[in-house]
Amino acid sequence: MKTPAHSETPTNRPDEAEVVLAARNVAKSYGAVHALKGVNFDVHRGQVTTLFGENGAGKSTLMKILSGVQQPTSGELLLEGKPVTFSSTVDARDRGISIIHQELSLAPNMNVRDNIFMGREIMGVTGVDFAEEERQARALMEELEEDIDPLTRVEDLRLGQQQIVEIARALSVKSRILIMDEPTSALSASEVEVLFGVIRDLKERGVSIVYISHHLEEALTITDHAVVLRDGEMTAYAPRNEIDLEWIVRNMVGENFDLGSPPEGHAFGAPALQLENLSVPANSGIGNAVEQLNLTVKAGEIVCIYGLMGAGRTEMMECVAGRTEATGGRILLHGEDISGLTIAQRIEAGLVLVPEDRQRDGLVQTMSVGRNLSLASIGNFTRGLLTSRRDEREIIDRSIREVTVKTDGPDAPIGSLSGGNQQKVVIGKMLATSPSVVLLDEPSRGIDIGAKAEVFRILADHARDGMAVVYSTSEVGECLAIAHRIIVMRRGQIAAEFTHDTTKEAIMAASGESLVA
Amino acid sequence: MSETTTTSAETAPAGKKSGFSIVHLLLEGRAFFALIAIIATFSFLSPNYATVSNFLIMSNHVAIFGLLALGMMLVILNGGIDLSVGSVLGLTGVFAGFLMQGVEIQSAGVILYPPVWAVVVMTIGLGAFVGLCNGVLIAYFRVPAFVATLGSLYVARGVALLMTNGLTFNNLRGDVSLDNTGFGWLGFNRLFGVPIGVIVLAIVAIVAGLVLSRTAFGRWLYSSGGNERAAELSGVPVKRVQVSVYVLSGMCAAIAGLVLSSQLTSAGPTAGTTYELTAIAAVVVGGASLMGGRGTVRGTLLGAFVIGFLSDGLVIIGVSSYWQTVFTGAVIVLAVMLNSIQYGGRRIGR
Ligand SMILES: Nc1ncnc2c1ncn2[C@@H]1O[C@H](COP(=O)(O)OP(=O)(O)OP(=O)(O)O)[C@@H](O)[C@H]1O
Ligand SMILES: [Mg+2]
Repeated sequence: MKTPAHSETPTNRPDEAEVVLAARNVAKSYGAVHALKGVNFDVHRGQVTTLFGENGAGKSTLMKILSGVQQPTSGELLLEGKPVTFSSTVDARDRGISIIHQELSLAPNMNVRDNIFMGREIMGVTGVDFAEEERQARALMEELEEDIDPLTRVEDLRLGQQQIVEIARALSVKSRILIMDEPTSALSASEVEVLFGVIRDLKERGVSIVYISHHLEEALTITDHAVVLRDGEMTAYAPRNEIDLEWIVRNMVGENFDLGSPPEGHAFGAPALQLENLSVPANSGIGNAVEQLNLTVKAGEIVCIYGLMGAGRTEMMECVAGRTEATGGRILLHGEDISGLTIAQRIEAGLVLVPEDRQRDGLVQTMSVGRNLSLASIGNFTRGLLTSRRDEREIIDRSIREVTVKTDGPDAPIGSLSGGNQQKVVIGKMLATSPSVVLLDEPSRGIDIGAKAEVFRILADHARDGMAVVYSTSEVGECLAIAHRIIVMRRGQIAAEFTHDTTKEAIMAASGESLVA
Repeated sequence: MSETTTTSAETAPAGKKSGFSIVHLLLEGRAFFALIAIIATFSFLSPNYATVSNFLIMSNHVAIFGLLALGMMLVILNGGIDLSVGSVLGLTGVFAGFLMQGVEIQSAGVILYPPVWAVVVMTIGLGAFVGLCNGVLIAYFRVPAFVATLGSLYVARGVALLMTNGLTFNNLRGDVSLDNTGFGWLGFNRLFGVPIGVIVLAIVAIVAGLVLSRTAFGRWLYSSGGNERAAELSGVPVKRVQVSVYVLSGMCAAIAGLVLSSQLTSAGPTAGTTYELTAIAAVVVGGASLMGGRGTVRGTLLGAFVIGFLSDGLVIIGVSSYWQTVFTGAVIVLAVMLNSIQYGGRRIGR
């Protein structure tokens, strides 16, 4: 593999003095799985260091070690040049290191304010000073330009808003090292821009940032250093001015990927999914999240839905899948009204949803990888009364191959997979039911560029065989990948419709998003 | 924050691997080792413990708890709880007794004596009915399981007392002339030396094990207990599963009620008081998680044997009943503690 001259370990570099936190030869094993195999990693004062790598490369594991969530199997950490061990996250936080986790770690039953100050309550004379906490929470939301009331319960927030709360909590600590593990996976472009503004402010105040993202272009705009991790080893390092997108991709996966193009050469079939004047109530119970929406998707067609947070994409998809009831309008599947059907009956009829929030709606944490994968297609391996182990195993093995899940085996607990691989399990589970219409809500959340291309390729293949595909995304680049048609949603309605030959700028303008760099 | 609950097993350095796996083995098989330890200790303390006749007596007790615990386990797997099983046991026992006394049909002026098989079917039907009420309240009216089944704990007990006026039905043997004999068979007879109650427990356990491991329903149950929202989106009929587990639990309690009243050849309205707690204890000792989604038939059976053999052993060596209570409580707490060690570590990475 060709790597630039700077790929030697950071230890020998001249600007050593600038390093606040360093990992030296850090290794971490989970039983027989070697997640990290002796990694050297530097965090530079007042700068952004971005960690790139495939799903399961060990990025989150390294961050958990740097923030005291886990202890390394071997190797040491240096804080300001002195060896340290963090016994817990609280210990690390007291020394100025905080982390935004890839998987949200909020208490859903508590409100935004209490989540932000959980474990660090501001004490007044008469106990917790809720007024002060609320004031600070409001200030944080203002800084992040979000309209979230600190007194709403977290479970009533959309996924993207929950991510904002998670970010706000980390910011409220005022730490000198801030680790962000995929903080933007559920954010829209304009929110990412706001976050980047905040990051620039932090840098000016001397805060060091470690950043992880699978949105490579986006990460390139903010980073000062790039580190690539592959199979638990650091394979490349370079400062920002020496690298480009191609360098990252080449070092990450060894070849260049493009996200594909819309499958051609097949005629679309009859309308597979028709929404007629569909209205869906908002989660808050006030008003409609989706207003009188009309949409027709034909067999073999791929439609991308783009929109800001709160545009109503998730609500629309959940309603079509049968999770919520519509307040008006009709949903037709292959010409037949499915309004009265249960979720199970809709799956049976060939309509499936890959949900946005994999932890809450996608995975059963108490079950193994294999059983999660086969959960939606139990009927396909039940013979008479009993399930057939052999048939189930076949379905599982096929899914693991098809969506390329990196796992120890089908019996591994689902929690042992890296975030992106968990996402692939959710996608694989629904595709295993051989649907004719598939809705995917942000399917690329947390998966690496190779896997993204792979998922899009699978969808394109299925479309060629007549499957209707609807996917939503908040990354404009993904709209232009395989979609035949791009629908822009805004405040519950269709604001614009594009064909594949449009531009990112046109899409973003239609969504109501100010143009960003 | 769950991220910080790192356990010692998780952070054990690679060098200690063999030690780790022994700890792991002990943890996995803890109910089994506890059972062996209990039998060994009491055999040492009392010559009467490890005798065939004592084992038969103890297994008769275990059969009751085991049946209740199996039903309870299904409910706990679903993430719920069924506090009504003790009362349902009492109620169904009384109901069976009531049927055995003969049902007087006033308008026709005759007394009907249903045959034993009909009594059994109707009694199990009553258990299923109480379970159905629980399940519907919980699944469709969103009453918390704790509250709904607490309510039926009281109602079922009250109805049992009303039916008998607080007295006990004694004549359960039936009469040859009425062709309804055979009720005692369940409680007294043996098949190849094994009490029928124990055989009933074994059959229920085998069926439950098969259902859990090899049927769609079993998979539905594990998944909806582990994450109801994800299960629902995957097409699992979560509400129907929820109702079913309470119905099955009610049926198990009714079977236990039949076996118990047959063993005693009498049916009292206060039978089975606080048995729901014993059943929960057996399930928990057997390694199931009260959060739902984890638990096995084998573990629950072992749990029932541990609790049963422990309390009977304490009786045999003459420990005061106050101390028995203390010991049982300690075992339960210890078991739950080990549960959280075993499952706590797996949350990492969520
Ligand atoms: N608790 C665990 N038990 C066993 N294996 C684990 C555990 N946590 C992580 N792993 C394994 O360690 C490897 C690295 O995982 P990690 O979460 O660090 O990946 P990642 O680089 O963050 O990937 P992603 O981009 O998908 O988030 C993976 O192979 C994963 O399966
Ligand atoms: Mg990760």
